[in-house]
Amino acid sequence: MSRTYLGMPGSHPAASRAPFPEAAAASTQDAQLRGNLRHATHTIRAKRAKAVAELDDWGALRAAGAAIKDRTLRHLDHYLERLEESVTRAGGTVHWAVDAAEANRIVTRLVQDTGEREVVKVKSMATQEIGLNEALAEAGISAYETDLAELIVQLGDDLPSHILVPAIHRNRGEIRDIFRERMAAWGRPAPDGLGDEPRELAEAARLHLREKFLSAKVGISGANFMVADTGTLVVVESEGNGRMCLTLPETLISVVGIEKIVPTWQDLEVFLQLLPRSSTAERMNPYTSTWTGTADGDGPRDFHLVLLDNGRTDTLADRVGRQALRCIRCSACLNVCPVYERAGGHAYGSAYPGPIGAILTPQLRGVGGSLEASLPYASSLCGACYEVCPVAIDIPEVLIHLRERVVEGGEVTLRGSKAVIKPAKGHAAERAAMRAARWALDHPGALRGGQRLAARTRRFHPKRLPGPGRAWTDTRELPEVPAESFRDWWARTRGERGEK
Amino acid sequence: MLGRVRRALADVPRDERPQDQPVARDYRRTHGDRTHAERVGLLAENLADYRADVHRCGPAELPALIARLLAERGARSVVVPAGLPPEWLAEADVERLPDAAENTARDLDAVDSVVTGCAVAIAETGTIVLDAGPDQGRRRITLVPDHHICVVRARDHVVDSVVQGLERLDPAHPLTWISGPSATSDIELDRVEGVHGPRTLEVIIVEDAAEG
Repeated sequence: MSRTYLGMPGSHPAASRAPFPEAAAASTQDAQLRGNLRHATHTIRAKRAKAVAELDDWGALRAAGAAIKDRTLRHLDHYLERLEESVTRAGGTVHWAVDAAEANRIVTRLVQDTGEREVVKVKSMATQEIGLNEALAEAGISAYETDLAELIVQLGDDLPSHILVPAIHRNRGEIRDIFRERMAAWGRPAPDGLGDEPRELAEAARLHLREKFLSAKVGISGANFMVADTGTLVVVESEGNGRMCLTLPETLISVVGIEKIVPTWQDLEVFLQLLPRSSTAERMNPYTSTWTGTADGDGPRDFHLVLLDNGRTDTLADRVGRQALRCIRCSACLNVCPVYERAGGHAYGSAYPGPIGAILTPQLRGVGGSLEASLPYASSLCGACYEVCPVAIDIPEVLIHLRERVVEGGEVTLRGSKAVIKPAKGHAAERAAMRAARWALDHPGALRGGQRLAARTRRFHPKRLPGPGRAWTDTRELPEVPAESFRDWWARTRGERGEK
Repeated sequence: MLGRVRRALADVPRDERPQDQPVARDYRRTHGDRTHAERVGLLAENLADYRADVHRCGPAELPALIARLLAERGARSVVVPAGLPPEWLAEADVERLPDAAENTARDLDAVDSVVTGCAVAIAETGTIVLDAGPDQGRRRITLVPDHHICVVRARDHVVDSVVQGLERLDPAHPLTWISGPSATSDIELDRVEGVHGPRTLEVIIVEDAAEG
């Protein structure tokens, strides 16, 4: 199937827009995938707990992180203006992109202005979200992913399935096969006799990408933080591919969501403690780069910052949902989530998998689509995600809030304008059941009569519901109706005192 | 876009200022009360924990130590930042490539090693920070060569914590924070050292006799 690139998030040819339950029904049958995910998430979970336990003021850091982000979000217009000023003063150029299509147009034009046909990329959630690589390809520009996991994903013509470790769904044997078969088509082939030791695979990636780094004229990145006061951008990484892309090219283009701002240089002291321990479970990640505009004779001569909205202001308009914009993309919530562990990242149908994706995607894109409307239900509401979140996003609270929006509809902000959305179709039976329950609970006589009728006919109850209720019993057993209702038991054993 | 942001924030009172939204900074400035020697010890321990090779010496021994490390590595050429104290390399028998704007990435790729100072070293996280100062040079010289020797002067550079480190750094300079050699956990979340940055990071902590 070939599809024209529409400049919309998630329109990678292989991107699934199927509702979560359908996608998860397929992925949970994949024993290899489940094995890979289970191994990886359990490993990192234990390491994270240990790294966090080293700091006895973790709770205070977490509260400060949340408070700094809330202050920023409540005054985002102020900080965005300030950031534009300080980046410009430092020699950078700031561009504003209201949606994915505009961001892609801006970046494509900036690359074309350099006359180059190839760019090297640092792993970036924002460019994944807007489908930048596909848009550049349409314009005849090759974008090379340089993060090891992103390279695995790109060579395998695959999609990322985890925020931090995009190829978490692949094990070493699969990665070796991808390198052997695909590296030659993209540049330097894999070494002969490549084995499946992680060390050998990392070496193969080093050799493959070295040539690209040394000749690259244009680098494209995201950023973990942008400091409004100073105009400084921060990229946190491990491999050194980030440093290569940020310092060797002549032109650097950074595409960053508007929520990545922190007000002051001092604020980094909180996030540079929270982020590494929450994501890779390290005291500090191997490399952090910070840059402020351009520096004479050191690094790129031209620096462009593309500030991306793409649904973020819609999210900001929702007083409950806006806390999702605190997210610093650490992925701790994915690693503890029982649903993510079993369903895998692709089922979430966007660049943002796991619990954070379940609240971010429906807000960035709106709940109009069947995938987006299904995501708030991709959770057991166990709350483990909230507990590990370094900026205290109450993910269960937002999930329930979004479920309400899906079922009830109501006023939202969509692409910058107020809109009223209709209640979702698939939830008509649920709404009818809730209305019936409300009526029955308001009418004790009818409730009593109904309960007695149900008790007397219980031999004839089916195991599964007929009609529209069938889907509900696909994954659940109907509760057994007791021989006697609690109200009847109370009346029989305590006399008539309980009844009025 | 600013219009969209303002409409989205219609619930925020017009007269609320950013500082009206409280941020309690009741986290610690440092995680522990240490003597200078303990601080330096912790730095060495944490650097080694993330697979940096750590060496300690007095100022007088530094030139011989650098010469030995380069020789053991078999390094024949080394990039030299413009402001590196000349005596550091006095005993090394290597070709010197001065850091200069005209050096291309390919030129640097042909060099074996680089020797630099640093701006700050953070004990609690095992981090050294380069700020492109005269004894550190352009960012790319500590990136492309495969072997980096970084000299930390304990008295001048070592702080306890991230909080203290940031205070001493100037955001106007391009900064590189380094915690161990480059690494990846992308394959089954197994940590492997040595991807694109220098695969060998050697940190020399220099202490005066009085510091011990």
